[in-house]
Amino acid sequence: MNNDNKTKEKEIKATINACKLCSPLGASIVFRGVKNAMPLIHGGQGCSTYIRRYIISHFKEPMDIASSSFTEEATVFGGESNLITGIENVIKQYNPELIGIATSCLSETIGEDISLYVNKYLRNNIGKDNPKIVHVATPSYSGTHIDGFHKSVKAIIETLVKEKINTKSKKINILPGFLSPADLRYIKEVLEDFDLSFTMLPDYSETLDAPIWDEYKKIPEGGTSIDQIETMNNSVATIEFGKTISNEFSGAFFLEEKFGIKRFNLGFPIGIKETDQFFNILEKLSGLSTPNKHKLVRGRLIDSYVDGHKYLFGKKAVVYGEEDLVIGITNFLFEIGIIPIIVASGGNSGKLKDFIQNNGAYISNNEINILNGVDFSEIEEIAFNLKPDLIIGNSKGYKIARKLNIPHIRVGFPIHDRIGGQRILHVGYNGTQNLFDSITNALIEYKQENSPVGYSYI
Amino acid sequence: MIKILEERKEQVFNKGKDSFEISCDKKSASGSVSQRACVFCGSRVVLYPIADALHIVHGPVGCAVYTWDIRGALSSGPELHRLSFSTDLTEIDIIHGAEKKLYESLIGLIDYYKPNACFVYSTCIIGVIGDDVEAVCKKVSNEKFIPVIPVHSEGFKGTKKDGYKAACEALFKLIGTGSANDVGKFSINILGDFNIAGEIWVIKEYYKRMGIEVVSAMTGDGRVNEIKKAHGAKLNVVQCSGSMTTLAKMMKEKYGIPFIRVSYFGIDDMANALYDVAKFFGDANILENTKKLVKEEILKIMPEINFYKEKLQGKKAAIYVGGAFKAISLIKALRLLGMETVVVGTQTGNKDDYNDIKDIALEGTIIVDDTNPLELSKFIKEKDVSLLIGGVKERPIAYKLGIGFCDHNHERKEALAGFIGMLNFAKEVYGTVLSPVWEFIPRK
Repeated sequence: MNNDNKTKEKEIKATINACKLCSPLGASIVFRGVKNAMPLIHGGQGCSTYIRRYIISHFKEPMDIASSSFTEEATVFGGESNLITGIENVIKQYNPELIGIATSCLSETIGEDISLYVNKYLRNNIGKDNPKIVHVATPSYSGTHIDGFHKSVKAIIETLVKEKINTKSKKINILPGFLSPADLRYIKEVLEDFDLSFTMLPDYSETLDAPIWDEYKKIPEGGTSIDQIETMNNSVATIEFGKTISNEFSGAFFLEEKFGIKRFNLGFPIGIKETDQFFNILEKLSGLSTPNKHKLVRGRLIDSYVDGHKYLFGKKAVVYGEEDLVIGITNFLFEIGIIPIIVASGGNSGKLKDFIQNNGAYISNNEINILNGVDFSEIEEIAFNLKPDLIIGNSKGYKIARKLNIPHIRVGFPIHDRIGGQRILHVGYNGTQNLFDSITNALIEYKQENSPVGYSYI
Repeated sequence: MIKILEERKEQVFNKGKDSFEISCDKKSASGSVSQRACVFCGSRVVLYPIADALHIVHGPVGCAVYTWDIRGALSSGPELHRLSFSTDLTEIDIIHGAEKKLYESLIGLIDYYKPNACFVYSTCIIGVIGDDVEAVCKKVSNEKFIPVIPVHSEGFKGTKKDGYKAACEALFKLIGTGSANDVGKFSINILGDFNIAGEIWVIKEYYKRMGIEVVSAMTGDGRVNEIKKAHGAKLNVVQCSGSMTTLAKMMKEKYGIPFIRVSYFGIDDMANALYDVAKFFGDANILENTKKLVKEEILKIMPEINFYKEKLQGKKAAIYVGGAFKAISLIKALRLLGMETVVVGTQTGNKDDYNDIKDIALEGTIIVDDTNPLELSKFIKEKDVSLLIGGVKERPIAYKLGIGFCDHNHERKEALAGFIGMLNFAKEVYGTVLSPVWEFIPRK
């Protein structure tokens, strides 16, 4: 496959229209997925405000992130008192069970010793009903929002999971990665259908997609409870979605190494093959065969693959976004005859190409450009030459779709130019069906709109 | 129960009940979820709409990516401002310094995009690793023969207001570097408009009909060459007083250009903004033109405004916006629609601003500086408002409680300035306050 990232614009050192976000954003979303928890960014006021605005614009939900509001004095003399005041004020206002502290580039660079500050705080407040405090280092110069996401999941587990109690549990852990609230709800439903008890971390399926309220909630209801997290070492296995997660940042790897809990690392369950893998493992863990309800969905999905295949065959797609989402979507495209001519991510794990499995005899490898660590200007330049038929990814690729006048199928995060980003279902047989219908109909619509005839029967 | 933090008690004022001076102009309390951003944000929002300049954010990727094309600021020509440029610093740069990366980034970008100027924004970390951004800018400027201006916007060095100041200082470096020979005697600069949804085009058209020449609108559909000759104008007209008064004062001191403060929101304030300029020049023709214009424009919109007023009469509203001048205009504009404001707050108001708000507000109105979502939710619920005016971050607070909302921030895509803007505003308020969806809201 083509791995040559050189483009004309790449001769420019700067990043132009980044295809990634910074690490504390991922941390904030994870902490919002723990029950009664508050994220706090230890850094300048802007970090929390910008990240809030970005998250709110996607989920259309309140998203409170506290800030320690760094000042010039704090930068010179250390931010201990800002952090302590921050913690105290968060407790006074929100009374959380957990505070998740994410350190920004500023506080990381001046070398803040958070565990020292936190231990001091806890020592001075013995006897009080203190919240749990979890710290994760998320300097924005290191990795992307996805690294911040995984590191935070791991930090929560590392901090809260203590000694192993040997009970005969059939519970499993599930670390779903950065999916939509609709995806999380779907996964929970599947697990329930398999009669499995489970702990999902994080679970922002309600906190970031809540019903209308009758009164204002300081912290939205829902999320993984601390009790559940504390007993994650009693589970029989951990299922983790995301092939590109390094062992260093993996909560599942940590649980396996420290407590011997079997880790199943899977790709995002998008497409039939990846979803089958997920269901196979659930069959194994539950001892049950796949419930008929899901077999039917799978059957209908294949039926639709057949119904729609002629609209799709040989169409050229640009796919971009977070690496694991991109891998999932790309491998799904291979199942339905679309050629993913550009597979791109701002993430730079270096593993993207390892997991793009071109099994389609219909595509030659050199048609596929796999681009790690790129920005939108590079994607645009290459796309321009390759004349794609459609583009699949978050809202930020809209400009490319508009320039090329091709359909844009919105998936992932952020969706800032449509409502309902939080309700997009990507995973499982149901999610694949949703994506399949969206893609096929977008292509049919494009053909219809651009036809001089305007058939109403396609 | 939502409690006001001890350190914020003097920032929340109930007219008719409290008698203290509102505390403002201070850093946000740690741990309070302030709706404010940082110094960088202040600079970035002000300079952003200069469309033929290249804006590069020097730092890790976050600050650039969160501000990429987020505003509704339109350009009639180049759209360089809608791209996001970042030096995207990584660990190695933090350890070894990033001056070389900044230099190479600038050279490459200037060669490719051929901007008329560059603004280089320093983020928090630049203040810590000690890059000499000033020196890099000077070097690039000498090599490429365009202004390359450092913006000292490290996030932690104060509040958003300090960012406004840094932006004003950056603009001030451009002003006076071009020839102002062709500038006439009835000429103004417009300060503090950002051409959201094309508003500056509406305003410029008004001034043109009056016989007034606009030399530079600075940040509204902004162009480098216009800013360079802004010192030739005879009057500075300052809208959004919070951000640009500093620049007006600097220009008064250096070039002797007087300034007036105006607002383009609401009928009264819009008319005054035109009359004040006409009066300044004292020309009979201009005055006559202005009267004619105001009369025409008001007649055009009043029948529809009256329709909305009838429907909205007696409804209550809350306002939480960045600047105080806008807040005051909005109180007046809402009154024109028959609505009363019962909660009003700003991110950056000063003591004088709050005294003005106290004067105009009704008894029992809650006036608040640098509030947070918990307080705001408490106030709007207690006061039982039908409308909240704010920005993206305030929207879910209203919506989650089932309250109407009007976006009056920089992200909006509706033109709300000018006479026509007042009509758009009325339509928007009507469309949210009287929507049938509220029937299903569980809030008691």
